Amino acid sequence: MSTDTQQPLWEVFIRSKRGLAHNHVGSLHAADAEMALRNARDVYTRRMEGVSIWVVPSSLITASSPDEKDSFFDPAADKAYRHPTFYSIPKEVQQL
Amino acid sequence: MTLVVADAAAVYTLRVADDCLVLSHRLAQWSSLAPTLEDDIALTNIALDLLGQARAMYARTAELDGTGRSEDDYVFLRDEREFVNCLLVEQENGDFAMTIVRQLLCSTFHLAQWQALERSTDEQVAAIAAKAVKESTYHRDHATDWTMRLGDGTDESHQRMETALATLCPYTTELFETDDVNRDVVARRIAPDPAILGLEWEAYIDKVLSAATLQRPEGTWTPTGGRRGLHTEPFGYMVAEMQHLHRSHPGQTW
Repeated sequence: MSTDTQQPLWEVFIRSKRGLAHNHVGSLHAADAEMALRNARDVYTRRMEGVSIWVVPSSLITASSPDEKDSFFDPAADKAYRHPTFYSIPKEVQQL
Repeated sequence: MTLVVADAAAVYTLRVADDCLVLSHRLAQWSSLAPTLEDDIALTNIALDLLGQARAMYARTAELDGTGRSEDDYVFLRDEREFVNCLLVEQENGDFAMTIVRQLLCSTFHLAQWQALERSTDEQVAAIAAKAVKESTYHRDHATDWTMRLGDGTDESHQRMETALATLCPYTTELFETDDVNRDVVARRIAPDPAILGLEWEAYIDKVLSAATLQRPEGTWTPTGGRRGLHTEPFGYMVAEMQHLHRSHPGQTW
């Protein structure tokens, strides 16, 4: 019988610079939150990718089901009026 | 190649450079072999930091000793007896506990040394130290964290940490020895007094080990000689591996 000897899985989110949101960059294994942060630093910020890291236990994430794809997402497909395409965006606003 | 020495400062910077290089090479030997992917990357990150520190100190050494040698000359074209690193950094990786104990003992020494070197009267050394302090702070944190986990972990991890401490602690006496080179660079305030570094080092190591339910073994065997080029047996094999490509294909690049 084989058992999973890997440590718990964590999802890693990195903010690449001030003012931007944290983005999901990947996952890793770690025994606890402190080790997860340290590992995230080593694995995901080696090339100056970030100024801030969040780690979240993967088990705490509730995901939408692929089975619900049609009812979840298709209804938005024909509602173009929800896109703010009728406004002109000032040049100074960059990260919208 | 014979060692040309113009100045005790050049011998001192060469010692620092060799310590960083040899520890870097040992850590690089973990590449693809560490217990987890995450620590494989962590150990090689640390190895790369140390290699950068070594390169900067070799460059400074070349100016101080007046030979104008390149970093490659120091690394690949000196024989074992010309390396002046301490014996601790050249000890084999062993198991993960052995590597972590070596990291704790070395990075605590390195951090104290770089912090003191930030105030060096040699401005270039001080500038190198300012960058290295941040790196060594992380190296010490990494080793401290693992020391806590393994020391205060399972019976087996605790036992392996005790074995590693018993094996490696004897080599730490050499870190704080004083000779004519030290006396010269301390007097010129280029480098810190090893005895003072030793006190700082002991205080930190004992605090961490105590928190990790471990202790520093008392022993009377205090091997030394690295600063005079007298190394332990595993070092010759390491140097051979490190240099063979460059010596077989001089000037090879990729």
